[in-house]
Amino acid sequence: MAFEGLVFEEELVAIRKAIIAARTGGPEADSLVEELIRKHDILASQIFTNLSPWQVVQLARHSFRPYTLDYISMLFTGFSEIHGDRGFADDPAIVAGMAYFRGEPVAIIGHQKGRDVKQRLYRNFGQPKPEGYRKALRVMKFAEKFSRPLICLIDTPGAFPGIEAEERGQAEAIARNLREMSRLRVPIIVIVTGEGGSGGALAIGVGDRVLMLQFAIYSVISPEGCAAILWKDASMAETAADKLHLTSEKLLKLGIVDGVLPEPPGGAHADSRSMGATVGEAIAQNLKKLKSLKTAKLIEERYTKFRQMGVFTLALEG
Amino acid sequence: MDLFNRQRSPLQAPEEKRVPVGLWVRCNSCHEVLFKKQMEQNLNCCPKCQYHFRINSKERLLMLLDGATWEEVDANIAPCDPLDFVALKPYKNQLKAGYSSTGMREAFLTARGKMGGIPIIIGAMEYSFIGGSMGSVVGEKVTRAVELAIHEKCPLVIVSATGGARMMEGALSLMQMAKISAALARLDDARLPYISILTDPTTGGVTASFAMLGDLNIAEPNSLIGFAGPRVIEQTIRKKLPEGFQRAEFLLEHGMLDAVVPRSQLRDYCIDALRWMT
Repeated sequence: MAFEGLVFEEELVAIRKAIIAARTGGPEADSLVEELIRKHDILASQIFTNLSPWQVVQLARHSFRPYTLDYISMLFTGFSEIHGDRGFADDPAIVAGMAYFRGEPVAIIGHQKGRDVKQRLYRNFGQPKPEGYRKALRVMKFAEKFSRPLICLIDTPGAFPGIEAEERGQAEAIARNLREMSRLRVPIIVIVTGEGGSGGALAIGVGDRVLMLQFAIYSVISPEGCAAILWKDASMAETAADKLHLTSEKLLKLGIVDGVLPEPPGGAHADSRSMGATVGEAIAQNLKKLKSLKTAKLIEERYTKFRQMGVFTLALEG
Repeated sequence: MDLFNRQRSPLQAPEEKRVPVGLWVRCNSCHEVLFKKQMEQNLNCCPKCQYHFRINSKERLLMLLDGATWEEVDANIAPCDPLDFVALKPYKNQLKAGYSSTGMREAFLTARGKMGGIPIIIGAMEYSFIGGSMGSVVGEKVTRAVELAIHEKCPLVIVSATGGARMMEGALSLMQMAKISAALARLDDARLPYISILTDPTTGGVTASFAMLGDLNIAEPNSLIGFAGPRVIEQTIRKKLPEGFQRAEFLLEHGMLDAVVPRSQLRDYCIDALRWMT
């Protein structure tokens, strides 16, 4: 069978397979397993410390990466999905619902991609249509009504660019979410877990805390789209990925994200459990801080946070 | 074979060249050759078919405001190049070219003016400045316009003409959508009127933020309005798009606009609406 991962992680994947095989060997194989893990982590740190932005793009899109439903099953209990926008349809590219985080009731909204062909088509590759954003808004208001914190997980190539999405007001649906999220009267934690694709990501991304996994990306346009427009050549995507400053490190410096969650050696997909644990801790810590704020202060601080974004100068008049 | 040796018919292109620049223009829609003065007197619409030519931000304020006068605000906010962005051209050069061709520091003009005697804050996007794209400065100027309207307790009118968020400032441009929408939430809380006028073209991150958040969203006839651009959609679905797709009339039909208003009636429409709302 052909290797399904990324070129630069081929050796790592081979070691991970060897670890799984060695684990079946019983207690006497323990030292071998430990040795292999050590080898894996050393190699991973060598490869992953100097990834190019384009390699990070590939990691962010990795089909083995944990998706929203994976995080929900790892971190939440009693998840009960809420479907539909009460107007047109249910959009499987966004999942939303009620759940408990360490015993506390919360609302969850997240993009959902599929892993196999059938699931990918069903989830429309994680590209929501207006009804997806309207379902998300409905769940935001629902969370507000019952004073439940909201947790949003971002992982989308972008809002779906199709005829029916335009007909039903893709732009209006996104715009309304931006406005309403900015004044929602409950704490909002946003985590970019994979791809943060433009307006389609931001439409569930206006939060009190915006965190990002180490090898996730967040961008105004896909590197391919940017290359096609600004270089008139889609094969310049690698260069565009570099120029767009879409990695967590760059975005933290620009003040666009509040924190970066480190990924385990080999990336989130190499050890989803450990990634899940990191995400869980981040949610717990931030939830505690945000819940201690009075609603008016919470909303004021959220406004100020986004109000400060942007870089410009004041020229002398004339 | 005659066919291969035949000279290309010299009819089309040279004739267009013969139209003296500045005196005559050819209508993009009915192809009539028009006396430019006459077209300008008709608010830059074709006198024959009413095709709406694109106009710049100053012409826009001239036609909308009482006495064609205004007081510009925030003119000194100027762009940087925070990502040190270079594609085929350096972004810095594009900014300079935008400045020298428009005389504006950025793609947005904010002003205090009056409409039907009502003091308003008005903003107009400048499409000829890097495609009217929204980076940090446009985002800041629109946000300040919203905040100024709140501060002075007066209505806000914004005229959009844009390709969307500006790629050369990366995610900083994207975040302007959230920043402006948050300010508009405050305008909404303050129960102040906001009329969004969408003109040709209004697409991308601007449509998906302030252009679609008006108390009234109105558009000029035949304006291209959408989230994704038509070429992107065509590439995604690999089908030809239907006639009239993403035009103002199409959006009206699908319930996305309150009205399609010809340029000749735009000022009166806004005055009537503002009188009703204030």
